[in-house]
Amino acid sequence: MDFSDTPAEAAFRAEARRWIAANAPSQHRVALERSSFGVLRVGGDEAEKLAICRDWQRRKFEGGWACLHWPSEYGGRDAGPVERLIWEQEEGVYGKLGERFVIGQGMIGPTLMAHGSPAHKRRHLVPMASGEEIWCQLFSEPAAGSDLAGIRTRCERTAGGWRVNGQKVWTSGAHYSDWGLMLARTDPSVPKHRGLSMFIVNMRSPGVEIRPIRQMSGQSGFNQVFFTDVFIPDEDMLGASGDGWSIALTTLMNERQAVSSSMTTGFDDIFDFCLRFDWRGGKAIDDPVVRSKLATWAARTSGLRFTAMRTISSAARGEVPGPENSILKLVAGMTMQEIAKFALDLQGAAGMVASPEFAEEEGKFQLMLLRSPGMRVEGGTDEIQRNILAERVLGMPPDHRVDKDVSFAALMQAAGDAARRS
Amino acid sequence: MDFGFSSEQEELRQSLRTLLARECDMGRVRAALDGRVAFDEPLWRALAEFGAMGVAIPEEYGGLGLGLLELCVIAEELGRAVAPVPFSSAVYLYAQLVLAFGSERQRRDRLPQIAAGREIGTCPADALMSPDRTSLRVSRGRLTGRVPMAHDGLVADWAVLPALDEEGRLGLYLARLSGPGAAREPLASIDPTRTCASLVFTDCEVERLGDGVEMPDLSRVVDTAAVLLAFEQLGGAERALEAGCDYARQRVAFGRQIGSFQAIKHMLANMYVAKTLARSNAYYGAWAMATGHGELPVAAATARVSATQAFQECAMNAIQVHGGVGFTWDYDCHVFFRRSNALALVLGPLSTWESLLVERLRDGARTGDA
Ligand SMILES: Cc1cc2nc3c(=O)[nH]c(=O)nc-3n(C[C@H](O)[C@H](O)[C@H](O)COP(=O)(O)OP(=O)(O)OC[C@H]3O[C@@H](n4cnc5c(N)ncnc54)[C@H](O)[C@@H]3O)c2cc1C
Repeated sequence: MDFSDTPAEAAFRAEARRWIAANAPSQHRVALERSSFGVLRVGGDEAEKLAICRDWQRRKFEGGWACLHWPSEYGGRDAGPVERLIWEQEEGVYGKLGERFVIGQGMIGPTLMAHGSPAHKRRHLVPMASGEEIWCQLFSEPAAGSDLAGIRTRCERTAGGWRVNGQKVWTSGAHYSDWGLMLARTDPSVPKHRGLSMFIVNMRSPGVEIRPIRQMSGQSGFNQVFFTDVFIPDEDMLGASGDGWSIALTTLMNERQAVSSSMTTGFDDIFDFCLRFDWRGGKAIDDPVVRSKLATWAARTSGLRFTAMRTISSAARGEVPGPENSILKLVAGMTMQEIAKFALDLQGAAGMVASPEFAEEEGKFQLMLLRSPGMRVEGGTDEIQRNILAERVLGMPPDHRVDKDVSFAALMQAAGDAARRS
Repeated sequence: MDFGFSSEQEELRQSLRTLLARECDMGRVRAALDGRVAFDEPLWRALAEFGAMGVAIPEEYGGLGLGLLELCVIAEELGRAVAPVPFSSAVYLYAQLVLAFGSERQRRDRLPQIAAGREIGTCPADALMSPDRTSLRVSRGRLTGRVPMAHDGLVADWAVLPALDEEGRLGLYLARLSGPGAAREPLASIDPTRTCASLVFTDCEVERLGDGVEMPDLSRVVDTAAVLLAFEQLGGAERALEAGCDYARQRVAFGRQIGSFQAIKHMLANMYVAKTLARSNAYYGAWAMATGHGELPVAAATARVSATQAFQECAMNAIQVHGGVGFTWDYDCHVFFRRSNALALVLGPLSTWESLLVERLRDGARTGDA
């Protein structure tokens, strides 16, 4: 049990700190500190934000600080899990500039490393690490989210490759992505998990149409993506035909880890607010009811932080992280919703005010209120995370299923009949 | 950085678990629960032989001189076993107080007795958490007054108590509970596996703890005890969760195992979450305690809040998963439930620790950024 640095770790930390002090875009520091979950306050429009993010990513890459834990031949540093943690701690607020690269670097990169051909790795990993190319995850569809294996987007054989038709939805960052990792159906005649394959899609291909979706928070972080006779060359299939589901599981497992390392609950925000905010003749923090809530959120936030660190310790000992990681997003999502709601409650009727000029803390908690429901859905809903914990960690029997061993074509038929009957 | 116990510490855990499987099965716990014994004396002796009471007592005072991390491991295992012994009072509170504030002679006299399991000591929660509110008075070395509630008070030989002297100065005193001038009145407890008693003193001869004249600052002992209790609570939470999971796999309703119903699954998943967060926070506390780090006040309060919530949730919902049998005396669910609610109170209630945690975060470092 040692939470402090070994001499080697301390040296690594000092080196990282020096490099960051000399290279980080300190002109954005204040704006980054004011940025809360889902709201990046640097730059003006989306293009300018993206340029600032890319610039920091490229500088890190050139300095040897991008994707630390990746092999150096792919642009990483061959660093261990603890060094990666130290880097994240030192990068601090500048880490917020990395959000747009998480899907690629955190989820798709590891998938390519596990299942890609040597040519895939050579072609894609370095530009992914440097931020030159951005990736999106083309998994969810209108009819398949939690039940991801129910996707309908079809890939059919054609000369030299595949022809795609169908629709993806909730694709975060599709509008600024260069590449996408797409799960599609190549064989509807077998049960649903078996007829899937994984493809690398150039988002600039003819026939790809991206339409932004306006989120409940008013922002447009995700999109609908339509495919009309889009051609994918043979060499852009990942693994073999029919391997799609097992490859998708690699991505999803990495998703749980990638989102969890950057998990925030909003605790620091509410704590600072309660310190300052006048309430019932004192500061909010002096009230026992407020304290009780703050203490619960503090304990959860600290618990998440040290749970992530325990996972890193096990990884450093060579253990493979398992489904336990599901707790991180589950707890963070729930806590952030509670915090946002309570911050507004303290403000009374003024809590309704969202305009940054008038609202407390520039409307930070109002934004948090409207962004946090998404957190309980994205990357697997709360219910799916609980199912995973109960079934795969606690050994509960799997859900009762009616779709096993039935061909996907027959399932579609049955779903159509049920919809007509209701 | 390493956020876990060492392999030696894990070996210690395994050997203690083996001992407890033999010496502390539920039948033994129930002997105390049913009031047939006040505490399990053979288990107490076995633990002493194992060295459990002395792990964190230096060798010069008859202990093993290992350390507080080893004591965390022991606490967790005793919590798992719902051991019917006054371990927390004797080892986390009394022994730590004597070690921290006793005179050299007092340490030499008392600590080897604790380490060998020959004596038991206690310190009432209120005495530790708010010593200045004591109603006990000392005059010419004699103590008078009443302690309304002392955990393990019925079986303890010694108590450390705060009292005011003739000049109104607060100090800590060492009182012998089995000697003249001291009496105890048993109290029924929500957790009969551990005794409770009122202590009544009438001109009872006592000695001051330590040589000094100043009232010592108890916060470090309180925080240490909070971390150790967090490990006991964690052990209990894990065992209650396991009981819930085992039953959910066995019990069949509507033609399926009840563990296949999502309402049950999700309740168990929530218990797992609470327990996992509590474990991570307990480790944080253990590290801060063992290294004497400046974050101990925050880490201890975090560990205590988290573990109290986790054990209470796991024990409560383990009953729910069991349905009707969970509500019977014969099933073990209530043993965990009782213990979870008692441990929540033995060192200041949850509301006190919630408030302390927030004050400490306000006054000092945040959740421990490096
Ligand atoms: C902000 C945001 C960003 C996203 N980004 C991406 C992205 O980049 N790429 C991508 O592919 N997808 C993305 N998603 C999609 C996301 O993964 C899905 O929305 C999610 O998996 C849920 O699927 P669904 O929306 O179809 O809801 P459904 O699956 O229809 O769920 C509806 C409700 O039913 C419940 N439910 C469903 N199945 C079960 C079950 N077995 N047991 C219990 N309850 C169940 C759910 O928990 C939920 O409450 C994003 C979503 C959000 C909100």
